[in-house]
Amino acid sequence: MNVEPPVRRVYVAGMADGNPEPAASRGAAPGLKPGRAPWAVPGARPLVQFEAVVKRFGGVTAVDRVSLDIYEREFFALLGPSGCGKTTLLRMLAGFEIPTEGRILLDGQDLARVPPHKRPVNMMFQNYALFPHLTVEGNIAFGLRQDGMAKSAIAARVKEMLALVKLEGYGWRKPHQLSGGQRQRVALARALAKRPRVLLLDEPLSALDRKLREETRFELIDLQDNLGLTFVMVTHDQDEAMTLADRIGVMNAGSLAQVAPPAAVYEQPNSRWVADFVGDINLIEGIVASVGLGETVIGARAGGRLRVAQNVEAKPGATVWLALRPEKIQIDTQPPAAFDANCLAGQVADIGYLGDVSHYKVKLDNGLALKVSIANRVRLVERPIGWGDRVWLSFAPEACVVLTQ
Amino acid sequence: MRKGPSLFNVTSVALGLAFLYLPIVILVIYSFNASRLVTVWGGWSTRWYVELWNDAAMLEAAWISLRIAALSATLATVLGTLAAVALVRAGRFRGRTAFSAMIYAPLVMPEVITGLALLLLFVALNVDRGFWTVTAAHTTLTMCFVAVVVQSRLLDFDRSLEEAAMDLGCPPLKTFFTITLPLIFPAVAAGWLLAFTLSLDDLVIASFTTGPGATTLPIRIYSEVRLGVKPQINAICTVMIAVVAFGVIVAALLAKRGELVRARRAAKA
Repeated sequence: MNVEPPVRRVYVAGMADGNPEPAASRGAAPGLKPGRAPWAVPGARPLVQFEAVVKRFGGVTAVDRVSLDIYEREFFALLGPSGCGKTTLLRMLAGFEIPTEGRILLDGQDLARVPPHKRPVNMMFQNYALFPHLTVEGNIAFGLRQDGMAKSAIAARVKEMLALVKLEGYGWRKPHQLSGGQRQRVALARALAKRPRVLLLDEPLSALDRKLREETRFELIDLQDNLGLTFVMVTHDQDEAMTLADRIGVMNAGSLAQVAPPAAVYEQPNSRWVADFVGDINLIEGIVASVGLGETVIGARAGGRLRVAQNVEAKPGATVWLALRPEKIQIDTQPPAAFDANCLAGQVADIGYLGDVSHYKVKLDNGLALKVSIANRVRLVERPIGWGDRVWLSFAPEACVVLTQ
Repeated sequence: MRKGPSLFNVTSVALGLAFLYLPIVILVIYSFNASRLVTVWGGWSTRWYVELWNDAAMLEAAWISLRIAALSATLATVLGTLAAVALVRAGRFRGRTAFSAMIYAPLVMPEVITGLALLLLFVALNVDRGFWTVTAAHTTLTMCFVAVVVQSRLLDFDRSLEEAAMDLGCPPLKTFFTITLPLIFPAVAAGWLLAFTLSLDDLVIASFTTGPGATTLPIRIYSEVRLGVKPQINAICTVMIAVVAFGVIVAALLAKRGELVRARRAAKA
């Protein structure tokens, strides 16, 4: 197996500004991270290639012509609702399902005739699938034994893996003697022990409770950074995908709806479906009134004109949707002074106080209902905006995206 | 809330155990009866065990029965496990329904019919009836019991364990022996024990399919009882009970010891 020493991820060719970013700043900056975007490099060879892959179970199409490239040392997340085909896609890469049509390539080699036990990929199962009759050490060593590795080398690797997942001293325990979090670590250590070309993670954190899940996220990121491996994860949890992934593939009904870095998926969704699935969003239907000079004017169907700082690829008269995230709207009890902003008046219909943020549902005068969320920056003893209050919502032309599909 | 079992629970457990084991306890007690009459208590004695030891025909029958039971149970376990795996794992192959019906048919088939059918088969094939024909007959009878026991275990077996093994580089056949078999082993062992006891106690099929020189213990006991119950029979039955109980206790202790060893290792680490 191709074993590489753990190195920091650095892409020399095509690096945006030549500064390899330290791992700590991951996820901090929106958009593409400099030096961390092999998918944007022309001519870069992908590690995993799905070529028009189709999978049908009887008459049901689970995966519908998916083409996708995943690059070396990338952390790729397949995100979608249950039943969207993301797990099937992962299982096809592992070899547990055979594509009905299309090809899957790893390092340029077609995997069609390679059975699961000969593929240089390892999977971490959703329920962990630890062997209950083997100890923690036995579980981790299982894959290494299949390779005919020397006993001393296996012992050394097992020890290294136990240290990596901070489970020293647990080697002799059986899986049923471990907590859920510990089992998750054993499953991870077992899948990593063989240093796979690609590590597949099927809902890796879904069985953990919330606090542990958040801690483990950052550990996973560090692990991937330090080992320099390629991770492909399946998840239905968008927070998980946003925090962990370099790129997210949003799946819907068997096809990939959008493949982009987390910030792009959130800020520039390419369709109403993606906008609606990832995070909270207000969708306002309207008709293009005019396009030009980096500004589009849209006449909302419910009434009112909205300005968007974006050249929309649609002719005047076309129906479009204006997508607006709730946290990008400002809410005031008086008409705002700024003239360049879009402004809509209405009445508070509902308030949800979550501690860190408050969600407001505002019924506009034109009949639309918009969701607004405000970070509670000061201690909120007496709520300044209450039920039934008359409010003005405003948002900058840069704050929204126009969707044509 | 009260701790410990309630009066109702204690009573029902006691009644259940009495129902199951009272006849056996009486049999064991009477095997130590000094009296020649089976129904009259004449004080404690081990004379029937001594007489049994000198009863070469009875011992020979017991030995034949044990050999047949062990051999047919082993064959039935292999075949039954394979059948269960095929039923659970092969998906919807052609003729699956017919196959599963055929596996289960012997469960409900009257033994007289199975025995007669096998007798006709052996006669038609011109096979000398004896040890091997009884073994084969018992294998066909008990295989379906093993299949049922193993199948129920396989149905709730987590397939992702096998997938995980293959994912880690283990070929399918090796996966079956290193992962699947150890995990379903309790069911396989239970199937073997069931087959063993079924074979040991079968009278009907054995009497149809046996021949000269292969008189099994139930046939022997039955033919002796027709001439009146001799106290030796109580003795041999007690011995059989002891053998079976010993086996079960040893198996349980082995399992327990394995747990303890693992726990000690865990404590040391």
